[in-house]
Amino acid sequence: MTVELENVNLRRDGVDFLVDVSLKVEAGGFNILLGPTLSGKTTLLRMMAGLERPDSGRLLENGADVTSVAVQKRNVAMVYQQFINYPSMSVYDNIASPLKVARVSRADARKRVTEVAELLRLGPMLRRRPSELSGGQQQRVALARALVKGAPLVLLDEPLANLDYKLREELRSELPRLFSDAGSTVVYATAEPLEALMLGGATATLHEGRITQFGATHDVYRDPVDLVTARTFSDPPLNVAGVVKRGAEFVMDDTVTWPVGDTHAAMNDGEYRLGFRPHHLALGPGGNHAVSLEGVVAIAEISGSETYVHLDVGRHQWVGQAHGVHRLDVGQALRVSVDPARFMFFSTDGRRIDPRAGRTWHRSD
Amino acid sequence: MAQIRLKAIRHSYVDRPGSDQDFALKRVDLTFEDGGAYALLGPSGCGKTTLLNIISGLVAPTEGEVLFGGKAINDLPPDARNIAQVFQFPVVYDTMTVYDNLAFPLRNRGIAAGEIDRRVRETASMLGLEEVLSRRARGLAADNKQKISLARGLVRSDVNVIMFDEPLTVIDPHLKWRLRSQLKQLHQRYNFTMIYVTHDQTEALTFADRIVVMHDGDVVQVGDSESLFERPGHTFVGHFIGSPGMNLFPCRVDNGAVFVEGQRVLLDAPPPAMVSGRTELGVRPEFVRFDPAGIKVEIRHVADVGRYRIVDAVLGPHSFKIYCAEGVEIPSGEARVSFDPRLAAVFVDGWRTGGEAP
Repeated sequence: MTVELENVNLRRDGVDFLVDVSLKVEAGGFNILLGPTLSGKTTLLRMMAGLERPDSGRLLENGADVTSVAVQKRNVAMVYQQFINYPSMSVYDNIASPLKVARVSRADARKRVTEVAELLRLGPMLRRRPSELSGGQQQRVALARALVKGAPLVLLDEPLANLDYKLREELRSELPRLFSDAGSTVVYATAEPLEALMLGGATATLHEGRITQFGATHDVYRDPVDLVTARTFSDPPLNVAGVVKRGAEFVMDDTVTWPVGDTHAAMNDGEYRLGFRPHHLALGPGGNHAVSLEGVVAIAEISGSETYVHLDVGRHQWVGQAHGVHRLDVGQALRVSVDPARFMFFSTDGRRIDPRAGRTWHRSD
Repeated sequence: MAQIRLKAIRHSYVDRPGSDQDFALKRVDLTFEDGGAYALLGPSGCGKTTLLNIISGLVAPTEGEVLFGGKAINDLPPDARNIAQVFQFPVVYDTMTVYDNLAFPLRNRGIAAGEIDRRVRETASMLGLEEVLSRRARGLAADNKQKISLARGLVRSDVNVIMFDEPLTVIDPHLKWRLRSQLKQLHQRYNFTMIYVTHDQTEALTFADRIVVMHDGDVVQVGDSESLFERPGHTFVGHFIGSPGMNLFPCRVDNGAVFVEGQRVLLDAPPPAMVSGRTELGVRPEFVRFDPAGIKVEIRHVADVGRYRIVDAVLGPHSFKIYCAEGVEIPSGEARVSFDPRLAAVFVDGWRTGGEAP
């Protein structure tokens, strides 16, 4: 089903939880809500489930207004970060419970439970009780119950956050397919940019109760409309600095200058913020056109395949993400460089400047 | 601080343990050198938390000895072991100021006010908490709260080791970067002995100088991040470290020559001439290259993860993954690949063969 929020506001105890949220998700799509703790993800999910009523605005399902339809009358499946199962029932009965409520015949129920259990690799555990399973397996039971229900709308609130890293990796690659095979519209909340990129689909970035951008996940990542979105969608954190355009030159920290290229020639003189991603910070002086900077290593972290360099450059604390192992000492001077084509420019109030033509994203307002 | 040694530790939660299966820790011999930064890494159920609890004294091992600075301390209760511990959720008195939170453990021990003030300020400066000392803990961000729980442990002058149990799990990604690098800086500046328990490879690999990889109650490999990534000693390490994990292909070994699906694969460090057991070739997605002179494979799917792409391919009946950096051109359909001969290896019954490359 399509789900649409129209100018939704929610305020509790003097705190804004959702501010003028408008969002339309397509039927059968995999949609991600990406933002840090308290950005409004869970509130938005609860509203879609019918657990919260907005102060103003409307909620539409397949075009019909369901703003005041009670949660019991809505056909929604929800999975929380902290898995919830019926402790006294077997895994089989846990998964089958929504079918029992829907009075599906026993034979049909058996077939569907077996199918879903197979998909989530719970086949051998159907006779056990949830308490006899690991955390990852218990969360898979909760996911299986949501899947078997075949609800047209499935809401997932950081469902993998409590699971082991490796298990998370596996489920991440399987979840979009599992739910799209079932034909459900999925809304999935996460705080992790990398998780959003791996899941794909469409992403809405949230910040302090507002949606800052909504579009195809990779488009939002590559073409953020403002600094807040670029920051929300960057892990390691986005590198940011103030910069001044003065005629044919950009000037950073009064000392570093580089020529304004064709792409940025149309920009007016004045102050800007620039941002770039950590993997675009190259170790070493770079080529002819690169902007070269001198920094001091604050700490280097080596993951085995990559090195994360925390670097003080002028007043800025940046992170560089370099392929391979680079042994760097704390306090060591280090020359780094960035291809200026990798810079994103923002106005001093954070709006993106000069986004490329033919963009596929659109603002939610 | 002190060296910590675990000598022939076995632990079972069963009353009268019989077979190895009854043991949550099968046999662990480990030394944590004074001033080292260590991580215990493994999936849930691998025994890492049991090991942590044995060091802190919350669990008495079924067999073996725990030594601090060469002295067996099995009988010492947890509060006498002088361990600073940081848990998943910050342990902080919300209504107290940060200063009082830090002073609390010292006041409890009847230490003089002047000494308390000196210790509190010194610890706060180590962790960058000077500016918030007079603020109530309640209003602070999660990373600062975690620093307070750490500071409450460090404020005592007699700490043997700092232990972290999944300290970043509930912290947002951006703060995670900040706090983790600060912990590492703290280690480099003051040389505390630190043991960090996690299931998250990125945290373990980036934080620790030595990582202890655990699986099913056993220590499978101890090493730095580079060696665990480049030379995993066991297929479990290859799988658990790296994202995605190491590719494995069943292979035939004939007098030191290695064949996958009938095609020869060259290795700098080939397996010994005589091998018996299940043989697999292991090669990480990062060590597979497109190569016109290589083995024929078929590309099935390309997943774009923003900064890089992961290619799903098949070699005969075996699916595997290739890591492609930004800018690398990916052929469609049929392609040829080669494996880095320095970094691919044959594993027999799970264990790496071939030793060091000549």
